[in-house]
Amino acid sequence: MSIDTSKVAKSNATTAATAKKPSRAGGVATWADERLGLAGAMKKNLRKVFPDHWSFMLGEIALWSFVVLLLTGVFLTLWFNPSMSEVQYQGSYDQLRGVYMSEAMVSALDISFDVRGGLLMRQMHHWAAMIFIAAMMIHLMRVYFTGAFRKPRELNWVIGMLLLILGTLEGFTGYSLPDDLLSGTGVRAADGFMKSAPVVGTYLSFFLFGGEFPGDSIIPRLYIVHVLLIPGLLLALIAAHMLLLVYHKHTQWPGPGRTEENVVGYPMLPVYAAKAGGFFFIVFGVTALMGGFMTINPVWKYGPYDPSKVTAGSQPDWYMGWPDGALRIMPGWESEFLGVTLSWNVFLPILVLPILLFVIVLLLPFIEAWITGDKREHHLLQRPRNAPTRTAVMVALMTFYGLMWAAGGNDLIAIKLDLSINQITYFMRAAVFFGPLLAFWITRRWCISLQRHDQEKLLHGYETGIIMRSPEGGYSERHLPLAPARQYTLTARDRDEVYTLESDVDHNGVPAPGTRANRIRARLSAWLNAHNVQKPTREELEAAHHHAEHEAELQAGLDHSADGHQFDGHHAVEGEELRPRH
Amino acid sequence: MLLLGLVMTGGLYAAFSPATAQQAQTDAQLVEQGRELFLVGCSSCHGLNGEGVATEREGYNIGPSLVGVGAAAVDFQVATGRMPMASPSHQAPRKDPVYNDEEIAAMAAFVASLGPGPAIPSEEDYSVDGLSEEERQEAIVRGGQIFLTNCTACHNFNGSGGAMPRGGYAPSLKGVDEKHIYEAMLTGPQAMDVFSNGNIPPEAKRDVIAYLKSLEEEPEYGGFGLGGLGPVSEGLFAWLIGIGSLVGFAVWIAAHSTRSKKDKVEA
Repeated sequence: MSIDTSKVAKSNATTAATAKKPSRAGGVATWADERLGLAGAMKKNLRKVFPDHWSFMLGEIALWSFVVLLLTGVFLTLWFNPSMSEVQYQGSYDQLRGVYMSEAMVSALDISFDVRGGLLMRQMHHWAAMIFIAAMMIHLMRVYFTGAFRKPRELNWVIGMLLLILGTLEGFTGYSLPDDLLSGTGVRAADGFMKSAPVVGTYLSFFLFGGEFPGDSIIPRLYIVHVLLIPGLLLALIAAHMLLLVYHKHTQWPGPGRTEENVVGYPMLPVYAAKAGGFFFIVFGVTALMGGFMTINPVWKYGPYDPSKVTAGSQPDWYMGWPDGALRIMPGWESEFLGVTLSWNVFLPILVLPILLFVIVLLLPFIEAWITGDKREHHLLQRPRNAPTRTAVMVALMTFYGLMWAAGGNDLIAIKLDLSINQITYFMRAAVFFGPLLAFWITRRWCISLQRHDQEKLLHGYETGIIMRSPEGGYSERHLPLAPARQYTLTARDRDEVYTLESDVDHNGVPAPGTRANRIRARLSAWLNAHNVQKPTREELEAAHHHAEHEAELQAGLDHSADGHQFDGHHAVEGEELRPRH
Repeated sequence: MLLLGLVMTGGLYAAFSPATAQQAQTDAQLVEQGRELFLVGCSSCHGLNGEGVATEREGYNIGPSLVGVGAAAVDFQVATGRMPMASPSHQAPRKDPVYNDEEIAAMAAFVASLGPGPAIPSEEDYSVDGLSEEERQEAIVRGGQIFLTNCTACHNFNGSGGAMPRGGYAPSLKGVDEKHIYEAMLTGPQAMDVFSNGNIPPEAKRDVIAYLKSLEEEPEYGGFGLGGLGPVSEGLFAWLIGIGSLVGFAVWIAAHSTRSKKDKVEA
């Protein structure tokens, strides 16, 4: 026999409770839940925990600028006309009225001058594109520097790399669409790059352009790639990237209470919904301000593309700047082979080098995993200093990139800094080889020094700034131990193991298979980890503490007022008014 | 009518004839004055008679011959301060002029007397003020296309200037006097090509100038121009302002916990 409990009081209040009428929102939610089963999925995911650190939000900049790109891009497609038919411009911009140009260029000018808000949208779209790729790159650097690419996240690294290269291609196709002088020059350059590929080059170019450059189909083709093909791929890959992020859970910095098995942070709702949602509006706002106040790609000044024209300062957007730099500093090598010219001066810097660098960066996690032989899952991040060789590798790559990048702006460096463009070129030719080596060496030594500094603080405490004078008259600085939480954080890392080849023969005395590979692996492992400073052992710490106690005993006779370490900024002091509490 | 014609002819003759004689006299004086200035300020490099001073190394000189460069070259080089040169270098930079207009005119007259060369253009050569609104509009459009075809490869689409080999540069065209732009095209100073009247007719030169001035007069439609240098400066701003401020915001967001007070809670 069932009892109707709806009239039974649920509280000790003076009046009996009655069931509330279901609210309208609740009704809708129930309706949806009964049909979509949302409650189960939401219950889990709305409480999903994310750790808090500024560097975890860099990828978010990329995500939100992509949303801005979608929004502004949709606006632009409503007016842009991807056609290469020639018409006479009759719009509002005086200096070009009456000039013949492609319909694409006319519509780009119309968006800029005759569509309400069009110029703002165009500029926001372009700025957001620049920020999108820049954010992906700094996100990549963060992931690499902190070791967040390690198992189980290697595939997300691969997806990220694909996003980066697709984003770059998407940017390039967008740059080419308005058919102004700059974009036409860029397309012409791309045509030259393709043609420099041995054997297939001309076929590729004719295939893409539907005949000889420029033809009349390149802009419609690039358009469909720009608005459908690549954005579709980007969306799918971003979805996969985010799903994997949720599945793997976010990495976190080590600290008390944080382990490889948990995630310490705030739940999705309400904290991260607010933080991330707010960040979207900030990204949108920054792009809107940039689009509103800063000119980007003034197509009206470039005028329509015409193969007979070119302008100084014809550079690609920044993300293609480094291959352009490689092209600029490349010596003019060519060779002839059976009456066919092979343009190494174009082929090597613009086709081989970027692909090579892409593959190297793509493989970095796998190379490291192979060297260390580490098959464990990692959810705790590493500080860049605790992986000196890895950090140095990325800094070397960044230096290479940066030098190539600078070479891509050699003409502007020359005029703005009163230098000779030739001397810049000669300098860069050497610097792109020596600079990364130097950067590698400096970074690795720097990281190791920082590790030693950490070690010093763990074993001997931090410097208080208090100078002690011994009865004999000698001076020394007083050290105090770090707070336990800080000590825990500093030591929450694994000891690096250097792989050594045990024996090059198996237990039967026969040369073991894979010995050569293992020998290389052993050498690389030593290169990777042998220089690192390992965290102190228990014995070392105990010995150090014992030493510290001994020192404290020696100083025990001190009058408290002469001590002074309470003012070192690490302690709250009773009755001390000069400094605000924190 | 005939009478009127005769009176006017006579009157005009009376008015101009002595003036011409006087003009000839002042011209000679002007040349003499210019020669004296030239001897003091220019001859150490260009020679006492403007014949140039060659170096011992074949094909090089301390200062080139000025025979036949014309008054326009002098007016351009001296009035923009490029000559006298501050120091021997790859390129004479623009600076405040050393001589006043009268002295420049005298030196120009002297150099023009050395051999036939382009004269200083007069205002109607380079100004579109005399044209109707519609003609002016057409001139600007035409000038823009000529500019983009012939000039932007060195001077940049915005006239912001660009780099030339060995430390040389094509200077910015912003704020340059119309007359000086015209003279530069006519005489081809330093690394610049000579755009003779056969190459770019006088009206086309005028149109290019009209286009450049129209660029200066138009507002920056897109906001700050970022130097008008193309994608390199845009990239710089995307990183410094765009990514710089967004990373700043990320730090700001992460530094704030769920508490409304600033006390940071170790999460």
